[in-house]
Amino acid sequence: MSTGILLQIAQTLAAILLAPLLMGWVNQCRAWLQGRSAPPLTQPYRTLKKLFHKDVVIAHNASPLFRFAPYMVFACMALAAGLVPTIANDLPFSPAADAIALVGVFALARVFLALAAMDIGTSFGTLGARREMLVSFLAEPALLMVFFTASLISHSTELPTIVEALAHKQFVIYPSMAFAAVAFWMVSTAENARIPVDNPTTHLELTMIHEAMILEYSARHLALIEWAVALKLFTYSALGIALFVPWGIAPRGDLYALPLAVLALLLKMMAGGAALSLLEAISAKVRLFRAPEFLGTAFLLGVLGMLIHFLLEV
Amino acid sequence: MMDLSLVQLAWAGVLCWLGLGLAALLVQRLRGLLNLIFPLGAIVALGLAAIGAMALLGHASAIVLPIGLPDLPFHLRLDELSAFFLILLGGAAFGVTLYAWGYFRHQESGSLALLLLWYHLFLAGMTTVLLADDAYAFMVAWEVMALSSYFLVTTDHDQPDIRRAGFLYLLIAHVGAVALLLCFGVLQGGGVEGAGDYTFDTMRLAEMTPFWASVAFLLALFGFGAKAGLVPMHVWLPEAHPAAPSPVSALMSGVMLKTAIYGLLRVTFDLLNVQLGWWGALALALGLVTALYGVIFAAVQSDMKRLLAWSSIENIGVLLAGFGLTLIFYTDGKGALAALSLTAMLYHALNHAFFKGLLFTGAGAVLHATGERNMDKLGGLMRVMPWTAWLTLIGALAIAGLPPLNGFVSEWLLLQAFLLTPGLNQSYLNMVIPVAAASVALAAALAAYVMVKFFGVTFLGVARSGAVAKAHEAGWRERLGMIWLAAGCVALGLFPAQVIAALAPVVRLLTGQTLVNDGSWFLLAPVDAERASYAPLVFFAVVLVTLLLVFIWVRRVYHGRIRRADPWDCGYPEQDARMQDSAEGFGQPIRQIFSSFMRVERETPDPFDRHPRYRGDSRDKLWVLLYQPIADVAAWLSDKAGRLQHGRIQWYLIYSFATLIFLLVFVTR
Repeated sequence: MSTGILLQIAQTLAAILLAPLLMGWVNQCRAWLQGRSAPPLTQPYRTLKKLFHKDVVIAHNASPLFRFAPYMVFACMALAAGLVPTIANDLPFSPAADAIALVGVFALARVFLALAAMDIGTSFGTLGARREMLVSFLAEPALLMVFFTASLISHSTELPTIVEALAHKQFVIYPSMAFAAVAFWMVSTAENARIPVDNPTTHLELTMIHEAMILEYSARHLALIEWAVALKLFTYSALGIALFVPWGIAPRGDLYALPLAVLALLLKMMAGGAALSLLEAISAKVRLFRAPEFLGTAFLLGVLGMLIHFLLEV
Repeated sequence: MMDLSLVQLAWAGVLCWLGLGLAALLVQRLRGLLNLIFPLGAIVALGLAAIGAMALLGHASAIVLPIGLPDLPFHLRLDELSAFFLILLGGAAFGVTLYAWGYFRHQESGSLALLLLWYHLFLAGMTTVLLADDAYAFMVAWEVMALSSYFLVTTDHDQPDIRRAGFLYLLIAHVGAVALLLCFGVLQGGGVEGAGDYTFDTMRLAEMTPFWASVAFLLALFGFGAKAGLVPMHVWLPEAHPAAPSPVSALMSGVMLKTAIYGLLRVTFDLLNVQLGWWGALALALGLVTALYGVIFAAVQSDMKRLLAWSSIENIGVLLAGFGLTLIFYTDGKGALAALSLTAMLYHALNHAFFKGLLFTGAGAVLHATGERNMDKLGGLMRVMPWTAWLTLIGALAIAGLPPLNGFVSEWLLLQAFLLTPGLNQSYLNMVIPVAAASVALAAALAAYVMVKFFGVTFLGVARSGAVAKAHEAGWRERLGMIWLAAGCVALGLFPAQVIAALAPVVRLLTGQTLVNDGSWFLLAPVDAERASYAPLVFFAVVLVTLLLVFIWVRRVYHGRIRRADPWDCGYPEQDARMQDSAEGFGQPIRQIFSSFMRVERETPDPFDRHPRYRGDSRDKLWVLLYQPIADVAAWLSDKAGRLQHGRIQWYLIYSFATLIFLLVFVTR
């Protein structure tokens, strides 16, 4: 039990500390693909450091909710990172919240950020909040459908049990998981504000979704939000790994598998980040009202995955 | 206590409410005494909730009251199902009544006395509906509830819109009541030969053929559905609930709709002893349509109380979906799963009473402070009314189904029930259920959209009109009521294992099984801890600890300097409050995506118009497609029937004669 708790804390802390590194890696890959000279891997850390040292500038009419939201968002993302099995599968905290609760944690963070964006009362803030909720009302059920497909296969909504069932039982190819994987990729681009739904590097307010929500934030608040964004990307990558390529995650109680698990995770994350930047480089951002179509497709693919499970795999 | 059974105590509570209502009329000149009636009523509500809690532990008790018609006394009975709904009623009514105490304190004495009479009559009627053990008492109480709430809805009857809403409510309530009367008729008709009474006991003994059982079920679904706001009988709800004063809206949405759910459960699982699987599929489909329809329309509303009313329709849809799922499992012989989905449904009913009560009281506080229901004229209220805002935020997060509050628990349980379906005997149901689960997830995600809109546009941002400038915080009585309801939302969210244990007797009564919690006192694990578990307390503690650690770390390691400045204006200095999203604007994406569900009327001005006015109106298509034709046919028929009237006595005598002949032929045949 005590090793479990230690492992849990270590894994969560590692996620928090390594998350900006993954962001740096994705940015680096993208710069290479775009033929630019890349910023160093540690650039996100430097940005965070800079932001933490600045003075906070807050609008006159900001309410306490505005100042509370970044902490809330960061805490939610840290919690989510702690729930997903990244290295080890033996997590004492995992019974507290299953895959459905994980979706709830993401939703909690999103609602707080959207409310904070509406707090100052600028036109772009409310616009961003509206668009974010528009994207999420389709992305969230789609993500749930992906989890449902996985949990129908493993007869559990507990993430460690799902991973256990998918990674450590005999190897079977599940057609339903193929649909789920496509749906998951579409959802995670939308939820992480990446191309084709949103562009994280845009400077044009009219096309912003996520960035429009955080226009009013500065200094440590902005740093926390940026960090939470990196953490969210990390958590989604870990989720994708846990659901679709779980091999290598250390099974319960097997401490000797840990070094291999760390290595596997690093390699998978590097490959995943490179794939993400490649997909971003070759696709274009869609118009806002095409985004519901994109996500509606993801939602339907998720539902199809479940139906296919009932048709072929039961 | 020894010689008084619980049902007698509950009836005493009803009598107390009736007495308080009548006393209000007597003491209307004495303002001091009049002001005491609401707190006394609140104490009665708390007492009834306590009686309900005790009845959950004990056995059913019954009495026969010698009131009513000769040979037709009132039968009352308090079993576990009634007890659960009594707790719901008492718990929500306590908070709402405390709130009403403050809300109506500036009301003019005469109208306040009348309002107090109808208010307590309404509460007494709802309680008697729950206690009734024969069709006669049930229908009398049902009518008392409908009529008193009609008078409450039309409190501000000087406005034509409110009169119209009240009439629509009365009409549909009575169409529903007729269906219920027929339903009880069918139930009694199948009863024991010669037993001419309408007691529920007789109905329980009835041996029904599947056909007549289905007729009774469909009539009950129609009748109770009309009361609950099931699509397509929902049209009265978004008109009547906003028209009522806010505490009454809170009671109507939070509690009165649940009496319809109670009735549906009572008839289906208790009175009928045959249940068919397709009933469940029908209820599930209707529930999901209602849920999606309700939430989509909630997203395009600009009136905050109307938005909340539509959201009630959504929640009723979710409840009905849970009911349908229970029926499917129950008829399929999966008792444990039926217990799970019934638990989810009852849990959601309890949750909805608290968070919808809280949201309506919060909206009422805003309405009271600003005189404005239109969200397009509000905004920035968080700074003026922080108590109301933070308490309403709890309600909004709860109804949006976010952990660790109560809305999430019932949603989680319902989704678990959907996930456990593989292995139903009818394979077509196995295919339908994933689609149903997807619809529930979609409705829940849209509910979050609606709540961000409701809270963000009303309480955040900058004031959109002068109405906000004179706003003031709600008084301490209102706050006390809202705190009670918010505490309910938090407690129901954090202690699900205890709530489920308390629900067990109800679930056992209806499905014969209970939901076994595999976890400990803080861990909710229905069926099996390996399958799924959720520990809100741990969850909450971890969020809190992380929050504190991050806060302390950030504030300790770095300086805490803050500069205040104007918001960033994007290089365009002439920013004003009208550039924020209006309620209309926030709902625009939903209107565009789901435009096929609604009829949109738009007025967009000429580009050279000096005083442009924009108006967009999204209306319910069913109103045109279903209700308008029915109204037209009714008008046409009455027009034709009007020709029978000549004003000549000879003709009328001939009519009577013809009727007599017809009846004689009919009887002697």
